[in-house]
Amino acid sequence: MSDTAKISLRDVHKSFGPKKVLQGINLDVGPGESVAIIGGSGTGKSVTLKCVLGLLVPEQGSIKVNGTEMVGASRSTREEMLAHTGMLFQGAALFDSLPVWENVAFGLIEGRGMKRKQARDIAIARLADVGLGAEVANMSPASLSGGMQKRVGLARAIATEPEILFFDEPTTGIDPIMGDVINDLIVKCTRELGACAMTITHDMASARKIADRVAMLYQGKIIWDGPVSEIDNADNPYLQQFVSGDIEGPLDLDLKHL
Amino acid sequence: MDIATGGSIQKADLNKSANATDWPATGEIIIPMPIFAPVGRMFLAFLALVGRVTVFAGRTVGHMVTPPFYFRLIFKQMREIGYFSLPVVAMTTLFAGMVLALQSYSGFSRFSAESAVATVVVISMTRELGPVLAGLMVAGRVGAAIAAEIGTMRVTEQIDALVTLSTNPFKYLVVPRVVAGLVTLPMLVLIGDIIGVLGGYLVGVNKLGFNEGSYIRNTFQYLEQLDVISGLVKAAVFGFLITLMGCYHGYHSRGGAQGVGQATTNAVVSSSILILISNYIVTELFFTR
Ligand SMILES: Nc1ncnc2c1ncn2[C@@H]1O[C@H](COP(=O)(O)OP(=O)(O)OP(=O)(O)O)[C@@H](O)[C@H]1O
Ligand SMILES: [Mg+2]
Repeated sequence: MSDTAKISLRDVHKSFGPKKVLQGINLDVGPGESVAIIGGSGTGKSVTLKCVLGLLVPEQGSIKVNGTEMVGASRSTREEMLAHTGMLFQGAALFDSLPVWENVAFGLIEGRGMKRKQARDIAIARLADVGLGAEVANMSPASLSGGMQKRVGLARAIATEPEILFFDEPTTGIDPIMGDVINDLIVKCTRELGACAMTITHDMASARKIADRVAMLYQGKIIWDGPVSEIDNADNPYLQQFVSGDIEGPLDLDLKHL
Repeated sequence: MDIATGGSIQKADLNKSANATDWPATGEIIIPMPIFAPVGRMFLAFLALVGRVTVFAGRTVGHMVTPPFYFRLIFKQMREIGYFSLPVVAMTTLFAGMVLALQSYSGFSRFSAESAVATVVVISMTRELGPVLAGLMVAGRVGAAIAAEIGTMRVTEQIDALVTLSTNPFKYLVVPRVVAGLVTLPMLVLIGDIIGVLGGYLVGVNKLGFNEGSYIRNTFQYLEQLDVISGLVKAAVFGFLITLMGCYHGYHSRGGAQGVGQATTNAVVSSSILILISNYIVTELFFTR
C-alpha cells in the first residue's frame, strides 16, 4: 500500500511547546481515494493537513507524497508537490486585497502564468460550480458572508484541477442544500476527475457521501481507519460515540467534569 | 509535593560547592542574580532578534535579484508608499523649512550673520531634516500599514494560502514593498527638500524682508552636490529599513488581532530607532574622513 499511496504518513509527531498535538499518525491515501478525517475539536486535524502541505514541520516521522519524502525536502521538491495540490482552509483564507475572481484565478495566473482574461472565464465557471453567480466576481472577499467565503475558497482550491485535494471542513457554516451541492462537487472532483482527497469534517452525513474511507483522530493518533460502509458496525466505542453524537461514552472531550 | 524543599537543597548544595572550589575563601560573595539573569536574557534575546532580522533581510535581497518579478505589485506599492505619502511629507518639510528660517534668522542676527539663513536652510534640509523627517513620517504611515496588512495575512492564514498556490510570499509580499520603499523614499525626499527650501524662501522673503533674488542666490551659492546626494542615500536606506521592519514584524506576527497590533507598534518603533541610528552612521561615512 505505502508504495502506491499518493499520500502516506508514518509515525508523525507534532507538538507546540509542551503541548503534544500529533503523537504518531499513520495514514495512507491511495490514488483516487477520498478519505474523511473526523475527530473532536482541537484534536489536530488541521495540523495534520498543514504538516502534509509543509506549512508546519513535524518533529518526527515521515510524510510521503507520490512516494517523495516531504519532511525536510528542498524548496523545489515542495513547490513541485504544491503545484499539484489544492487546499481549502478552515477559515477560507481569501486574499482580501484581491477581488473574488482573482482569488479563484490566483493559481492559474500566478502559478500557471495564464492570461488574465482566460483565467477570469475559468474562475467564473468555478464560482458557478459552488453556486455563486458572476455578480460576486468583482466583489471584495470581505463583503461576502462566511459561507460564501468558504465556497470561494473551495472554488480556488479546485481551480487548477489539482490531483491532490485537501478540504478543511468544506460544509461547515453552509446551509444543508448548498452543503449537498458542495458534497457533489467534491465527489465529482475525486470520482470523475480522479483526484485523491483528504477532507476534514464534523458532518457525518457529508463524510458518508464524499468519503471512501474514514479515519478518526483522537489524542494524537488515528484510532480507527476503515471503509465508510463499516462505520456503523465497527466495534470501536470511540467511533461509535462520535458517530452517534452521545455525550456518554469513552471520548474524553473535557465534558466529563461538567 | 516537595518541590520547594528540593529546590532549596539544591541551592544550598550549589553554594557549598561554590565556596569550596570556585571562590577563594574571602568571605560571602552575594551575586544579585535577579538583576543579571533578566538583563542577560534580554541581551541574548536582542542578539537573536538582530540575527533573525539579518537573515530576513538577506532572504529579501536574495529574492529581490532572482525572478519571478512582480512588477504590477511593485508599481502598486510605489503608489501606496510613495505617492500617498506625498501630502504628509510635503506638510512636514514645508513647516520645517519655515521654522528653520525663522530660528536661524533670530539666532544669526545676534552676530549679524543673517545672510547665512538661506544657506543654513538648504543645507539642513537636504542633509538632515528632509530625509529624517520624511523617514519618520513614512515609518509611522507606511511601516504601520505594512505590518498590519502582512500581520493580518499571517494570522488569517493568507500567507499559508499563498504557499499552497505555488507563490513565494517573500517574492509576492515582501520584495515589492521593500523595492518600492527603496525607490520612492529618495523621490519623496527630493520633493521634500524642494518644498522645505520653498518654505524657508516664503518666510525669508515675506516675513524677514530678504530680497527674492539674493535669497535664491544664497540658497545655491554654497550648496554642494554631496549635500543632496547624501540625503538621498539616507532616504534609500530609510526606505529599505522602514519597509523591511514592517514586513518582518508583520510576517512573524502571531496571536490574532492583539498580535497584529503588537507587530504594528514594533514595526514603527524599531524602524524609527533604526532611522536615527543609520542616519548617524551614514552621516559619518559621508562627512568624516
Ligand atoms: N500555530 C499553533 N501554535 C500553537 N498551537 C497550535 C497551533 N496550531 C494549532 N495548535 C494547537 O493544536 C491543537 C490542534 O489544532 P487544530 O487546528 O489541528 O484542531 P482541529 O482538530 O482542526 O480542530 P477544529 O475541528 O476545531 O478545527 C489545538 O489544541 C491548538 O491549540
Ligand atoms: Mg481545524
